Amino acid sequence: MSDAAHAHDDHGHHAHPTGMMRWLTTTNHKDIGSLYLFFALFMLFVAGSMALLIRAELFQPGLQLVHPDFFNQLTTMHGLIMIFGVIMPAFSGFANWQVPLMLGAPDMAFPRMNNWAFWLLPVAGFFLLVSFWLPGGAVAGGWTMYPPLFIQGGISYDLTILAVHIMGLSSIMGSINIITTILNMRAPGLTLMKMPLFVWTWLITAYLLIATMPVLAGAVTMLLTDRNFGTHFFNAAGGGDPVMFQHIFWFFAHPEVYILILPAFGIVSQVIPTFARKPLFGYASMVYATASIAVLSFIVWAHHMFTVGMPVTAQLFFMFSTMLIAVPTGVKVFNWVATMWKGSMTFETPMLFAIAFVCLFTIGGFSGLVLAIAPVDIQLHDTYYVVAHFHYVLVSGALFAIFAGIYYWLPKWTGYMYNETLGKWHFWLSVIGMNIVFFPMHFLGLAGMPRRIPDYALQFTEFNQIATVGAFIFGFSQLILLIVVMKAIKGGEKATAQVWEGAEGLEWTVPSPAPYHTFETAPVVK
Amino acid sequence: MALGNATTLTKLFIVSLMMFGFGFALVPFYYKICEVTGINSGAEQVLVKNTQVDTSRWVTLEFDANTNAGMPWQFKPAQRIMKVHPGQLVQVEYEVVNTSDRAMVGQAVPSYGPRRAGAFFKKIECFCFTPQTLAAGERRRMPVLFVLDPLMDKDVNTVTLSYTFFDTGAQAKTTELRKVLPRG
Repeated sequence: MSDAAHAHDDHGHHAHPTGMMRWLTTTNHKDIGSLYLFFALFMLFVAGSMALLIRAELFQPGLQLVHPDFFNQLTTMHGLIMIFGVIMPAFSGFANWQVPLMLGAPDMAFPRMNNWAFWLLPVAGFFLLVSFWLPGGAVAGGWTMYPPLFIQGGISYDLTILAVHIMGLSSIMGSINIITTILNMRAPGLTLMKMPLFVWTWLITAYLLIATMPVLAGAVTMLLTDRNFGTHFFNAAGGGDPVMFQHIFWFFAHPEVYILILPAFGIVSQVIPTFARKPLFGYASMVYATASIAVLSFIVWAHHMFTVGMPVTAQLFFMFSTMLIAVPTGVKVFNWVATMWKGSMTFETPMLFAIAFVCLFTIGGFSGLVLAIAPVDIQLHDTYYVVAHFHYVLVSGALFAIFAGIYYWLPKWTGYMYNETLGKWHFWLSVIGMNIVFFPMHFLGLAGMPRRIPDYALQFTEFNQIATVGAFIFGFSQLILLIVVMKAIKGGEKATAQVWEGAEGLEWTVPSPAPYHTFETAPVVK
Repeated sequence: MALGNATTLTKLFIVSLMMFGFGFALVPFYYKICEVTGINSGAEQVLVKNTQVDTSRWVTLEFDANTNAGMPWQFKPAQRIMKVHPGQLVQVEYEVVNTSDRAMVGQAVPSYGPRRAGAFFKKIECFCFTPQTLAAGERRRMPVLFVLDPLMDKDVNTVTLSYTFFDTGAQAKTTELRKVLPRG
């Protein structure tokens, strides 16, 4: 073991490419984690700019800035990139950086596959973005890729299907790597039920990815053959059924929404105990709640399609099974609040984002419960209420947890403390801006404004103008994050190994910044 | 440990492949569920129920076939009698054979009994619309597609459709026949 570790070390010293080749050929989990995070940050600004263009167009009724077809391309690409290009890669970045550090492992189980998994992503991102310049423009049928629209579009639809295949492949490779690392490479004495909760949530997320990403690959393959090879899976003219696509797609995409939130639960479950200076309340119940959310996620998919014409019994089944998910989620929210209860709390930026997560994600969860009620959903389906709901769970949920995680671990990654004043500015502008954008959308949806529409009836004007103002506040305040990260990479106050007074776990036993190679000799956990 | 990792990799890879297959397995599974529960049946959606059919009423149809005296064709209906609702779309067939040793052209002329039923007998497709050219010894089955108008007098409960083939006298030339034959 020590021989092998020694040989590895030698290799690291001798053949260590510099510049671009260092990043292209790296098999180091920390390098790859950074690559994932930088990719996600870049894509956040790309897809965020699309969102600002959408909001600018919606500042007034009528058509001002963009052609309706381009507007549809913007909403579609904003959704696809934010999900596959921002949230998922950011979580993969956290997993790459933190999972080996938290487990006391020297690296991920399959470093070369890890390199592959990352470098497939920029290729897929390039395919998605370049399709804007192809004849007919980018895909405009919505990120859900429903036929018949998705069967009828031009070349960029084929390119997007290819990009989804590549991103799926990347996710599957990443997940296999993470599961193998967690199951096989834990430090001696670190049993499964002693693992940090972030590792637990990622283990379950990785299983969800392996179970559902191939189903998405199958669904888009069927779209591809319907488009190009004369099959009729979804083409009604040939005896196919477009509604069947929705069933297959949401069989993937409902677990996918938990893929987008479970690692966020994990990050928040690391941050809150640190700043409350208390161990996490109800550790075991957190693990079981995460697992039951994952299991339930496979039997609720049709609540996305209450309006397709389902029998009442099916509507009732999907309605009640959806509501059942509120139980384990409620357990989690209760545990976070109980962790903070009577804790010696301090409010550094990571903690602020974590608390905002708990409050605002719960709002998003409650609007989800409203949408779970089939008769209400039939009224609210495809309105701005849905847009408000999923942005509360994805922006103030997933994205705020990512922000919390970045501020929490940035000193460990760079070795320098971030600028707390700028961090607080980033937090307050984000949380205020976010609520100004998305809260009025509840009212717009209840009043009947449909989503994915570049123009709207006059009575919706005021709330849309408020939302647009909020969007620009929220959007531009993300530049502060960019500045904070750049400053913390360049220098600043030196961070200690433990960084935070209340931080516990193996990752805080290594120096800050974490050395290029860590835990070459496995630590022993009592 | 390296062996353990490879084993885990293999297992997880197989799970991924199986789930890819599962995506496609959902297709027959979906249709089976729809069939068992009777939801979303394609046939139901396509065949819109014809509200014009008067199901309260039955009419007996009798089919008859004749050839004009001396015409060497055998001509008979595929079915002699049938009961239908007024408004229902009905298709029947007649069979004709040219027993002569030359190509002939014939024209069928319909007549109805009772006579006043003829106005309510709406033919959509009929072999009587065009002259029929048959080669020597040729046998042909010909359809009639029609609807009995529901407005037909209530006291009529039996209608006879009778066709008579007339030799139009035109001797079909071989070249003409070639042009016409592919239709049959």
